[in-house]
Amino acid sequence: MTSTPLGSPEIYRLTVNGESHDVQDAWLGESLLYVLRERLGLPGSKGACEQGECGSCTVLLDGAAVCACLVMAASATDADIVTVEGLPTSEAAPLTDVQAAFLDEGAVQCGFCTPGLIVAVHHLLDHNPRPTALETREALSGNICRCTGYGRIFAAVDAVVASRAEQSAP
Amino acid sequence: MTDTTGTTTATATATTQASALRHGTLGTNAARPDGVPKVQGRFAFSNDLWAENMLWGATLRSPHPYARIKSIDVTGAWKIAGVEAILTAEDVPGQPNYGLIRQDQHVFATSYVRYRGEPVAAVAADHPETCRRALAAIVVDYEVLEPLTDPEVAIAGTREPIHPDGNIIRHQRILCGDPDATGPIVVEGDYEMGMQDQAFLGPEAALAVPDDDGGGLELYIATQWLHEDRKQVAECLGLPEERVRLVLGGVGGAFGAREDISLQVHCSLLALRTGRPIKMQYGREESFYGHVHRHPAKIWMRHHATADGVIIKIEARMVFDGGAYASTSPAVLINGVTHAQGPYRCPNAVVDGWATRTNNPPCGAMRGFGVVQACFAHEGQMDKLAAAAGLSPVEVRLRNAMRTGDPLITGQPVDSVAPVERCIRETDALPMPPDLPSDADVLSLPGGTGRTADRGHVVRGVGYGVAIKNLMYSEGFDDYSTARCQLNDGIVTLKFATSEVGQGFVMLAQQIARTILGVDEVMLDTIDTQIGSSGSTSASRQTWMSGGAVDAACRKVRELLFESVAAKHGLPALQLAIDGTDVVDTIGSLRIPVADASAGLRLDETVEYRHRVTEDLDENGQGNCHVAFAFVAHRAVVDVDPELGLVKVVQVATAQDIGRALNPLSVAGQIEGGIAQGLGLAVMEEIIVTDGMVRNASFTDYLLPTTLDAPTVVFSLIEEPDPQAPLGAKGVGEPPCISVTPAIAAAIRDATGRDIRRVPVRPQDICLS
Repeated sequence: MTSTPLGSPEIYRLTVNGESHDVQDAWLGESLLYVLRERLGLPGSKGACEQGECGSCTVLLDGAAVCACLVMAASATDADIVTVEGLPTSEAAPLTDVQAAFLDEGAVQCGFCTPGLIVAVHHLLDHNPRPTALETREALSGNICRCTGYGRIFAAVDAVVASRAEQSAP
Repeated sequence: MTDTTGTTTATATATTQASALRHGTLGTNAARPDGVPKVQGRFAFSNDLWAENMLWGATLRSPHPYARIKSIDVTGAWKIAGVEAILTAEDVPGQPNYGLIRQDQHVFATSYVRYRGEPVAAVAADHPETCRRALAAIVVDYEVLEPLTDPEVAIAGTREPIHPDGNIIRHQRILCGDPDATGPIVVEGDYEMGMQDQAFLGPEAALAVPDDDGGGLELYIATQWLHEDRKQVAECLGLPEERVRLVLGGVGGAFGAREDISLQVHCSLLALRTGRPIKMQYGREESFYGHVHRHPAKIWMRHHATADGVIIKIEARMVFDGGAYASTSPAVLINGVTHAQGPYRCPNAVVDGWATRTNNPPCGAMRGFGVVQACFAHEGQMDKLAAAAGLSPVEVRLRNAMRTGDPLITGQPVDSVAPVERCIRETDALPMPPDLPSDADVLSLPGGTGRTADRGHVVRGVGYGVAIKNLMYSEGFDDYSTARCQLNDGIVTLKFATSEVGQGFVMLAQQIARTILGVDEVMLDTIDTQIGSSGSTSASRQTWMSGGAVDAACRKVRELLFESVAAKHGLPALQLAIDGTDVVDTIGSLRIPVADASAGLRLDETVEYRHRVTEDLDENGQGNCHVAFAFVAHRAVVDVDPELGLVKVVQVATAQDIGRALNPLSVAGQIEGGIAQGLGLAVMEEIIVTDGMVRNASFTDYLLPTTLDAPTVVFSLIEEPDPQAPLGAKGVGEPPCISVTPAIAAAIRDATGRDIRRVPVRPQDICLS
C-alpha cells in the first residue's frame, strides 16, 4: 500500500513584507521558516538549529521578534510578517543604517547569523533607541554568532545609536 | 554606565595608519565583496540553492556506536509516495571507502557500524518530510556489540581491533637531548580536555546537478577544500575527476569541520541515480553526527627546571581520542606532540603521543588542530613552575620565552619571527578592567539572570596563557595554491579555488590586486575546480598560500604590463613602477593610468605558489616537519562565585604576532571570534559522550557563547613582518583561540585556589574539587 502524499488541499494566505501570498499543496506541518525559504522565494532567513536557540531565522511577527523555525506557517495567516528582505530600503538607499553599520564595523564574516541579527538589531533600536551595553547584550543574546565573538557587532550597534542620536538632535 | 561587559578595542592606531593608504589596498579596512548581499539576506549559502525538478536527499544513520549489520530491508521505504531513490553500500559504483589521510571509512557502512551516527543508507524524495518518513521505514537488523570507548584500552591492546587498521591510529615519540636530565624543581600535572564542536552556523548542505548524459555532475558544496573533495567524490563515484565539477556554495563558517567528506558523495550518488538535482542539508542534530570534532585529550606532563625556573626538560604523555575513523588524527597528533614545549626554550624532552581508535564520535580538524590540547597542559605547567620557583606567572614565561632561531624539541629551528617576549609584555601592559561594582547588574554577575550568584560571594582572578602555532601543512605535504590574474582595460579578474568560509579571503585577494596593479576594479571569478587547487582553508594558511599565489600572479601580470609600456615608450621595464593607479617612470616623467596602459591588452598569468619543503619526523620525532610559526599571549580576568561554581569571563587581553595587518578590521574580527571559541572551550562547550552516545546534539544542550558571555577584548597587534611570508603577514585565524583557554582556567585557579585540571570547567570542578 502506498501512503498518501503530503500536500494539503487547503490553501492559506500569508502576508510577508506587505505582500499577500497564497500557499497551496503544502504539508501543514511546515514551519514558517520552511515556507518563507522553500515556497515564497525568501531565503534571507536562515535555519541553524530548528529549536529557537540561535536566532538565525529572526523575523518580525506583528512587530515582535520571533524565530520563524518555531512558528507553524499555517498558524501565521493573520499576522504581518517582516523578513530581512522587507526592511525599509530603496533603490537610492539599498541598505538600512544597521546593514551599513554591520559592514563598516566588520560585523560580517561568514554572514549566516547576519540577517537574523540585522532584524534583531532593528527591533531593539526601534523599541530602545539608546540601549546600555548590557541592554544590547540582553536583547541580542538569542542570536548566536560563531565567527565574530560579537565585538564588531556591538560596535555596529553603537555606531547606529550614535548616528541616529545625531540625526534626531535639534 | 562603564561596566565590565562593554567592548573596547585597540584598533585605533592601526585604523589611523590605514587611512593614509589608497582605499581598498593592503593595510586598509577594505570592504568585503560579499558584504552587501550578506547583510541583505541575498547571499546564496549552499542550503539556499535550488534547482528545477529538484529532489531532497537524506541520510539514515546508525543508532549504535558499534554493531554488526545483519540485514537492511528497504521495501517499506519504497512504499512511501514520493520516494525516488534508496541507496546502500552495494550502490556505490566506485571506491567504497574514503578519508582525508587514510581511506578507512565507508560511504555507507557495510558489515559494521563503528560510531553512533555512521551513514548506513540514503534516500531521495519530493519533500524533506517524505525523506524523514522513508528513513523511518528502512529496517536495519543490527547485532549490537560492546563499544570500545576508553582510549587507554585501545592503547593497551587488550581489545580485539574494531577496525582492520587496528585500534591505534598513530603513535609518535619525541626524544630530544638527555632523557635523564633533571633539576631542583620538578612539577607535574594531569590535564584533560573535553570534545568541542566547531558549531559553524550554516549546517552542511549541497546541491548536486547531474549532467544530461548521466556521466558526470556539478556539485555546489560548502567546503574548505574543493579539490580534495573532488578527488574523494570522483573515486567513490567511479568517475574521472574532470566529470566531477565542484563549485563553492556559500559557506556558513567552517573552523575545521568542513575538511572531511560529509554529504558530498551521498548527494552526488542520489543525483546520478535519479538523474535529477538533489539538495541535501543537515539539521543541527545531524550536523553533530555528520562532521568530526575537536579531539578530547588526556595529557600528563612533568617539567624539570633550575631553581630559577628555567626549563631543563619536559616529559609528556598525550592521548588524543580519534574516535571511529582516522580523519586527520595522524596530523593532529603530530601537532600536539611537536608543540608540547609551548613557546619556551627546552633542551631536553621525552614525549609520547597516541591517537586512538574507539567507537566514540570521529575527531579531526578544529581551529588550533592539536595545539589547543598541548597548550592547555603546558600552560598549566608553567603556572606550577612559577609557584615552585617563587616567580609570577608573567616572569616565569618571560624567563623561558623562545626567540627566533631557538630549536623545537624536534630539532627544527624556529626561524620565523618569534616575538614571544613582546607578546607577553604587551599583553601584560594592556589595561585591566574596572572592579566589579558593588551594585553590579545581575546580568554582569557569573551565571547572569536566573542564577543565584551573590555579589558578595564573587571573587576575581587573573590568568595567563602563551602559545606557539605552526602555520600551513606539515610533514612533507605538497601544500600549494593556484591563482590566475587577468588584466584588461584597467580591470583585473582573479580566479582561484580558495574556499571563502567567512574569513575574508575574497576581500584580501582584491586588496592584493589593487596594491600590486594599481587598479580599483577587481572582479572575482567563480570559486570552483575549473582551475588548480588552492589547498584547504585550514591551518591559518590561506593569507600566506593563496595570498602568495594571487600576489605572484599579479606581479607576473605587472611585469607584462611594464614590458608593454617599456616597449611603447622606449624605456627599460625595470625603471617602471606602480604609483597609486598609474604606471610611472621612477627616473623620468612618464605617468600613465593603468587603465590606459592596459587598454587593448589581454594579460593573463597563472601561478602555483609553494612554501618551502618540510620533512617527515623520524622514529625519535626529529625533523623539520613544520613550515612556520606564529605566537600569541592572552590574559584573562574572571569573576567566580566559588560556592555555585559559576564563572563570568570579564576581560581578555591579548597581543598577537601577526607579521603585518593586511586588513586591521578583519584581524580584529579573527581575534575576537577566536577568543569567544576559546572561552567556549574553557567554560561552556563540550559534546557529552557516554558509552559512545552523544547526549547533547543540539544548541539547546551544547552551549555556545552568546552576547552575554562574550568578554571585553583588548588587544595589541605585533607587526614584525615575516621575511618568509609573501605578504609579510602570518595567518591570524588559529592563534586567538589557543592560549585563551588555559588563561581562563588559570584565572579560575587564581580566583578560587582550586586545582582545575580539565576544560570545560564545570561547576563541580570549582565547588567540589
